[in-house]
Amino acid sequence: MHKHVVVILPHPDDESFGCAGTVAKFRKEGVPVTYLCGTLGEMGRNMGSPFFANRETLPEIRKQELINACNVLDMELVMLGLRDKTIEFESRDEIAEQIKQYLDKIEPTLVITHYPEYAVHPDHDAMGAAAIEAVKRINPEKRPEVWAQAITNDRYDVLGVPDVLQDVKDVFDIKLKAIECHASQFGGMLKKFKENAATTNDEEIYERFYREEFYRWKF
Amino acid sequence: MEVIAKEAVQQALDQYVNKDVYVHLETTNGAYAKHFDSNAYNVGAFIRNAKVSYQRAKIVGDNGSFRVGLKMDIGWIYAEGVSDWEQNEKGELLLAGHDRDGRLMVALQISERPFNY
Repeated sequence: MHKHVVVILPHPDDESFGCAGTVAKFRKEGVPVTYLCGTLGEMGRNMGSPFFANRETLPEIRKQELINACNVLDMELVMLGLRDKTIEFESRDEIAEQIKQYLDKIEPTLVITHYPEYAVHPDHDAMGAAAIEAVKRINPEKRPEVWAQAITNDRYDVLGVPDVLQDVKDVFDIKLKAIECHASQFGGMLKKFKENAATTNDEEIYERFYREEFYRWKF
Repeated sequence: MEVIAKEAVQQALDQYVNKDVYVHLETTNGAYAKHFDSNAYNVGAFIRNAKVSYQRAKIVGDNGSFRVGLKMDIGWIYAEGVSDWEQNEKGELLLAGHDRDGRLMVALQISERPFNY
């Protein structure tokens, strides 16, 4: 059993959409989970549907959504203060060191992050790469396991079958509540999902929401 | 934000004429365009807190979609497709265009103080 899990992702909502079910499962087992969230999603283009945010109000709105989602998931939250869309242009070394300081303090046994180069959004790729670099800098005997999440359409072709498959249907109510906290981002999508879920139970919805997959990073 | 009322926005633009102002200009189709449609392209650009001064500003257009041009001494600032506006409590003038799902497609913002960075 894991002693402490640290989730490292760049945007408010990456945690809810990507791995809320896995987080909920760990919390049910009593494993503490800490989220190092890179940015406030300042440059997101979703403003709510119908829109209620604007470019200047979005950061505060998303910050509150993030806090609410972490409360739903009963997960400790640390905001790293980076800026949306810019992570790949920052010094990877500095971000890795910033992350490592938290890892040294928390001493997690598991880190969850994005799979660099297979995570679609440049912030995902850059944050994942910095997180993995941070873990690499920890002595092998103290080094936590890393579960990396790949999102690209070609992930199965290139990376093969994911090492960790989590069926999160039993905690889906918690995951849905966490996603619902991010009203500015998922208003439209959630409406569609609920309409579909009422009438169908197709593989796509299952894959998208009930299954969370990770690759074990090999150092 | 509210649907653009052309005259009100023209007045708001005029209040900054010949002043030092900070501009946020942006257009985006999102980071997932190509992910969801392999024939699409990810395209976007933004500049935040460009310090400029303009001698003339004009909003043109109708049917809810407008173009805005700011004439500077040595060039232009241009945005197309803005549909909504707001002058917030900080005095920042926000103009933006949204698609039918409320997603931001273009933004032009002007302020006498720098935008949060």
